[in-house]
Parts: sequence; C-alpha cells; structure tokens
Amino acid sequence: MSAVDVGRPGRPSRPGLLGGIWRGLRARFYGNNFLVLITIVLFAAMYIVGIFIYRDKNFGSLNSFFDMLNSNPGLIVIAAGMTMVLVSGGIDISVGSQVAMYCMMLAYFMEHKGVSAATMIVVVLVTGIVFGLVQGVLVAYFRIQPFIVTLAGMFFARGMTAMISPQTIDITNRDFMGLATKRIYFPFGGYTNAAGVYQRPFIYLSVVLAVFALLVVFTIMTWTKFGRNVYAVGGGEQSALLMGLNTRRTKLTVYTFNGLLTAFGGFLFCLFSTGGAVEKAQGFEMQAIASSVIGGALLTGGVGNVIGSFFGVLVQTTITKFINFNGTLANGWSSIVLAAIMSFFIILQSVFAYVRNKRR
Amino acid sequence: MADPLIRMRGITKNFPGVLALDDVDFTLWPGEIHALMGENGAGKSTLVKVLTGAEAFETGAIYLGGAAKPVINHSPQEAQGRGISTVYQEVNLCGNLTVAENLFVGRQPRRAGFVNWREMNRRARQVMEGIGVDIDVGKPLEGYSIAVQQMVAIARAIDISATVLILDEPTSSLNDQEVAKLFDLMRRLKADGLGIIFITHFLEQVYEVCDKITVLRNGRLVGEYAVETLSRTDLVAAMLGRAFDDLAAIQHKAAPVTGESGTPVIAARGLGVRGGVKPFDLDIYEGEVVGLAGLLGSGRTEVARAIYGADTADQGTLDVKGARPKHHPIDSMRAGMAFCPESRKDEGCLQDLSVRENIILAEQSKRGMRLMSRSEQEKIADEYIRLLQIKTASMETPIKQLSGGNQQKVIVARWLATHPDFLILDEPTRGIDVGTKAEIQKLCVRLADDGMAILFISSEIDEMLRTCGRIGVMRDLHKVGELAGDELSSSAIMAKIAGGEADE
Ligand SMILES: Nc1ncnc2c1ncn2[C@@H]1O[C@H](COP(=O)(O)OP(=O)(O)OP(=O)(O)O)[C@@H](O)[C@H]1O
Ligand SMILES: [Mg+2]
Repeated sequence: MSAVDVGRPGRPSRPGLLGGIWRGLRARFYGNNFLVLITIVLFAAMYIVGIFIYRDKNFGSLNSFFDMLNSNPGLIVIAAGMTMVLVSGGIDISVGSQVAMYCMMLAYFMEHKGVSAATMIVVVLVTGIVFGLVQGVLVAYFRIQPFIVTLAGMFFARGMTAMISPQTIDITNRDFMGLATKRIYFPFGGYTNAAGVYQRPFIYLSVVLAVFALLVVFTIMTWTKFGRNVYAVGGGEQSALLMGLNTRRTKLTVYTFNGLLTAFGGFLFCLFSTGGAVEKAQGFEMQAIASSVIGGALLTGGVGNVIGSFFGVLVQTTITKFINFNGTLANGWSSIVLAAIMSFFIILQSVFAYVRNKRR
Repeated sequence: MADPLIRMRGITKNFPGVLALDDVDFTLWPGEIHALMGENGAGKSTLVKVLTGAEAFETGAIYLGGAAKPVINHSPQEAQGRGISTVYQEVNLCGNLTVAENLFVGRQPRRAGFVNWREMNRRARQVMEGIGVDIDVGKPLEGYSIAVQQMVAIARAIDISATVLILDEPTSSLNDQEVAKLFDLMRRLKADGLGIIFITHFLEQVYEVCDKITVLRNGRLVGEYAVETLSRTDLVAAMLGRAFDDLAAIQHKAAPVTGESGTPVIAARGLGVRGGVKPFDLDIYEGEVVGLAGLLGSGRTEVARAIYGADTADQGTLDVKGARPKHHPIDSMRAGMAFCPESRKDEGCLQDLSVRENIILAEQSKRGMRLMSRSEQEKIADEYIRLLQIKTASMETPIKQLSGGNQQKVIVARWLATHPDFLILDEPTRGIDVGTKAEIQKLCVRLADDGMAILFISSEIDEMLRTCGRIGVMRDLHKVGELAGDELSSSAIMAKIAGGEADE
C-alpha cells in the first residue's frame, strides 16, 4: 500500500504465443492507433479475397493495384486534409465544390485565356490558401460552426464554378497533358494480356505527388508542434487553451493548410479527369469523410491518423473494384457495402470507447 | 526582505449579474504556501483566473516581483511565460494525448524542428519519477484515474519552471496517500522559493501545509491571516460571515435501527459485475443512511453503479422493495431510485443548459414525454436553489457560469427533485464549502427521517460518521465488512480499509 495506486488494475495476462502477439500489438497500436491497424488488416483481407476470386482477371497484378492509386490521387490528398480537420474537432464539407472550382479554373484559363499551366497551378494553390484562410478566420475567430462555414463555402465554390463557365471544358494544354500522362513504369509485377502483350505496371506522376503530400501531412501531424497542437485542440479545446496553447491560431492554420491541400488535391484530380465541369466531384467531400472515418478518425475530434485515411481510400476503391470486376452487380452495391463497412467501423469505435471507459 | 512575487491591488471583476470580485487585494511572497478560502462562489477561482489571464478584469492592478509597473496577462500562455502556472479545479488535460505529450505539449523537445518523441518520453518519465508516480508515460492519459491525471497536471505545471504555482482544489479527488505525496511535493517546491496559491475546502489541509490564509466572501476580501494566529472557528466564521454551529450538532440521532423489520428497500445478494465489483450483499432499509467507505478505486462507486443498473450485473440478485425490476437505469428510476454521480464534469451537468433545466432534468425524464409546465419547473428549481443555497444570478443562468461547488449542488438538487425512495449520493460534498457541506449532511439525515433510504459514498470518514447509521467498507473491489452502532469509529473504519492484518 505504499506506491500511489495508478490507473488500470492489472488484467490477467493471456498465456501462450497468441497472447504474446496480442500484447505486442496492443502495445504498438495502443488505443486509437489500433483502429488504423484494423483498417489495414481489413484492406489486406479484402484484397487477398479479391486475388482469389478474380485470379483469372489479374486482380493480383501490380497493374490492378496501381489502377486504384492512379484513379484517386486527389482523394488521397483531400482525405488526409480532411483527417486533419476532423482531428482538430472541425469538418470541411466545401472540399468537393472547391475541387470542381479548381478544375474549372485550370480548364477555363488555360483553354480560353491562354494562361500557362505553371501560372495556373500557382494561382490555384494560392486560391486554395485564401479560401481556407477565410473559412479559418470565420471558424477560429468568429466562432461560427465549421459545418455552417464550410456549407457556405460549398455553395460559394460551386457557384463560382458555374460563374467561370457553365459549359464543360476539356483540357488540351500540352504542358498540362504532359504532366497528366506522365507514367512511371515498374520493371516487374505485370501480366500478359489475352492478345499476348506484356502489360508493364505503372503509376502516374500524380500518384507520386499525392503520396508525397500524404507523407508531408503525416510528418506534420506526428512530428511538429503544430500537428500535436491539432490533436490537443481536438481532444479538448478548453483544456488546450488552459495549457497555454493558442487554439485559435491552431484552428486557423488547420483550415488554411487544408485549403492548400484541397487546391493541390483539386489539381491532382484535374490531372486525372483533365477537364472542368460544374457538376464535377459531386459528393467528393463525403468520400473524403468516409475515408477518414474508415481510417479511424472520430468526428468528435482528437483522434485520427492520415495513414488510416489513405487505407480508407483504398478500402473504398477496393469495394468499387469488386463490383466492377464482378460485372453483374449493380453499381448501387458499392454504396451499400461502403455503408456496411462504415457502420462496422463506427460500431467498432464505440466498442473501443466503451471498453476504455470501463477500464477507468 | 525579497520582493513579493505577486501583488494584486483593488481587483474588480463583473460577470453579467454577478459582482465576482470587488476591490480585492492579494499578496504572495516567495517560499510561501498561501491558502485562498471562502464559500462556494466567493470568487476564489475567479481571482486566480484574473491573475492568469483566463478572465479579464475591470479595475485594479497586478504587480509581479518588485516591478513598479503593473502587468496584465491576456492569456494563460502569457502568464505561463511570466512563470505563473495553474492546475485548475477540474483536470484540464487532453485525454486523447499520451501522458508525456500532456506534460510537454506546446514545448516539446525537438531536434531539427521535429518533435523528438524519444527524448520527450524520457524526460516525462523523469518528471513523473520526480514526483514519485510510476506510470507508462506512452499511454493515453484517459486510461488513468482522475487522481493520476491530477498528478500529471501538477507535474506539468511545476515542470514549466514556475515561480508561482496555483492549485485550485487539486485534492478533491485524491486519496490520503496521494494528498500526502502532493504535500511533500509542495513543501519541497516551497523550499526552492516558489510561491504556491492553494485553494481547498478541507480545513485540515490548510492547517497542515499553509503559511497564510486569505479569506474571500461574496467577492470581497475579508482579510489576510498568518495560519498560527487564526483558529479554525475564527476561519470558518470569517468565511461564512457568522458564527458556525458546530458540525457535531448534526450527529445522526441514534442510527435508526427502524429497519430490520419489514422488507428492505434494497436487498442485494451476491450482486457482482464481471471485471468490476466482486459479489456483495447489501440491505438498506427505509429511513436509513448507509455509508460506503474505502479508498479511491476500492469499488465504492462500482457498488452504486451495480445497484442502479449503470453497470450490468451478471451475478446475484437485486430486490427493490421486494420486487425485482429490470436492470437498467431507467427502470431503476421508475422503481424509485436516484443516482447522483461523482464526476460532475463528465456525467453530471450539461454545461449549456440553464440551472433550471439541469435541476428538472431527471424528474422530467422520469415522467416521460409529457413536458412539465414552465411554472412547475420554476417552482421546483426555486425550491432547490433556496434549499441548497445555490449561488446563481438567476435560474436561467447557464450552469457553466456557476462556481465549481455550486455546479455540484445543482446536480445534487437534480436527484433530490425526483423524490426518490432510494437515493445514491456519490461524493456529494466534493468541492462544497463547510457551511453547505453541513447543510447537505443535515438534509440527508432529515430525508432519512422522512423515510428515504440513502446510500452515502464519501472519502471523508468524519462526514460519514456524522450522517450514516451503518457503514460498509470496500477494499480492492470486495465488500470486506460492515460496521454499525457502537462499532462505528474512525479508527475501526481505517483498520477495516487497511485490511485485517493492519494494527491501527
Ligand atoms: N463565466 C462566468 N459567467 C458568469 N458568472 C460567473 C462565471 N464564472 C464564475 N461566475 C460567478 O462568479 C462568482 C464567483 O465564482 P468562482 O468560480 O470564483 O467561485 P469559487 O470561489 O471558486 O467557488 P467554488 O468553491 O464553488 O469553486 C460565482 O457567483 C459564479 O456564479
Ligand atoms: Mg472554484
């Protein structure tokens, strides 16, 4: 009875090999990171099942895996940004409309005004920063609900898209298309198609850029003061304030940085879709939120991991892939399966929260 | 003689409808532990918040050190920069972060601009060892008990090379050993020349560690005293502004052994929760106040939760007035139970609702869908605001604007308002001033005399001896015994808590 009675009562440890592995995993992926681990395991399981079911369709080839990345560079970046916003305890539902706006800006000014691709990319990134800054000021300093602020942002960006041009514009700009079609080939992991031609696997340049951005966000969130402040603010704003953190500036930075990421993601999205249209990227914000949630982020803030959101994107894409490969299933199925998986994750999170509360 | 660390002069602070501080002076010297005393809502926390910049003030001046020019802190951050660190009444850390991060957030050790986690964890271990707490600093804080969280908060505050440390009721959720540890720490810091401002409602603690006492009443300064020159009775009189009929007067007149006859209101047989409290028997009769004693984490709260159905019991049986209700809080409520939980911040009060709404909440949900009329709500709210002397600008004030102790009273009122047959009070007097503490104890005794059965959980043995006719003792999630009548004494309870072999 001498030492201070600290924390959780000792639980009987599990014997044997499995117990050892379990304890090791628990220590490494303690608490919330555990959710990320589960996402990764889920993705791996789905993928392995896919490889077996569709082995005649080269599901297991690197080409097929890279396809998933090649069609989603924008989402990878934007889901990472969304995770950061969710961790801070906020939300940003304007990102889909923003992506449409950036695509339209690129398409319109390059095609109809002859502005160079390089200039337009810079303009888009700066616009993103300003867009995020304005939303951030409203959230952090005027204390308006993030949902409301970004709802307004969503309408505004969609409106601006239509203002720039109500017509669909395809991009033909040589520099831009050069970037869009730049492939990086892999020396192995391909397959020989029905015509007997060897298909070399490749990723687009945009994927490299997306993964780079993802790693930057991950680094910032894990190893910088700012990143840790975001977790603190999301975990308890009042507490963070009393611990001497500048919560308002943190939130402002979150939304501004997210504006930049959204613009960058919009640019990558445009590299893939090579055109602008008013109804582009409809529901994109919801895909981003879904990726974050599947990746272990809590909408209540304080918990989340951008690596998780990356796997969230992969899980979503895998579902779509299943439906496509099957060929007989209606497209609606992918939304339904997604709904089921999301529910599974949300339930899992509550179970975790419950178990933890009981321990206290 | 050195200069004082802090001189606050003529501080005035208004909240809408409340004059929280009225021309208050306060002086803190180096190497001094200075108690700030007063009733709930006297303005203690506000004075501290004004000092640290968490709240702005209207008139007056704050001087630091020997400086002739006054300073104003605009944020806790700024105050921290000037060497003033605070541990607030409620633990204010981020549960989602690890212990180490909570210690170092905002000032993490870095290498080449990046947070150096290894170094941070190493230093965190050092800091926690320094105050004698041995825990895994790499785990999220929310996994630890409130007591540990409080220790972490204090460790953080002193590690920020403070010259002034402010402790706002840090001991209300610590057990005796933890308090002793904290006091050791405070004395050590004092020897290093720190000035410590210590707010508490425990008089003994003040006499144990403090050098000076400043008393506030209704936002006004009553006086500053050296501890040796102020007797307890004078201190209480200064706080209340009137002489105080000694607490002993409450003494439960010969514990009502009325029970035993007839069916008990609560009869638990072998009730237990897997992974929680071990199977226990407990009978509580009409007109009885039964206490539960034990150290923090010994299973007192768990007993209450098992009876109330907040934790699902998977062993044993529970009869309520001879019937066997379904085991769920809403059924328990309908069966006439009420449970006033201990952690008001997490479970208790809905911060944005008004005092009135908070008071009628439980009664309303018991009645179901039909809304209570406004006038009825106001009548109930008014009754309990008066009964418990809740200090609030009006019944429509949001509860978050009340002082800590007054929030606690609102929660107690909420459950009293349901007129239960069986009431569970878990630490009802935590953070409540001596005067109201006595009022709550009296109220319990009176309610029992009117036929209510009460389960009273408290860390203060004296308080339980005054109110309870029978006391169950918990140790390590086991109910280890029960004392009644003549067996009831502080030493007997202590011995039971400590365990059979203890020779106290
Ligand atoms: N944010 C606020 N808005 C309005 N009134 C407030 C606010 N904070 C405190 N008050 C009022 O100021 C007065 C002093 O409160 P304070 O918290 O300083 O009391 P205290 O002495 O710390 O009491 P306790 O012992 O209960 O903690 C109370 O009447 C309280 O209702
Ligand atoms: Mg207070």
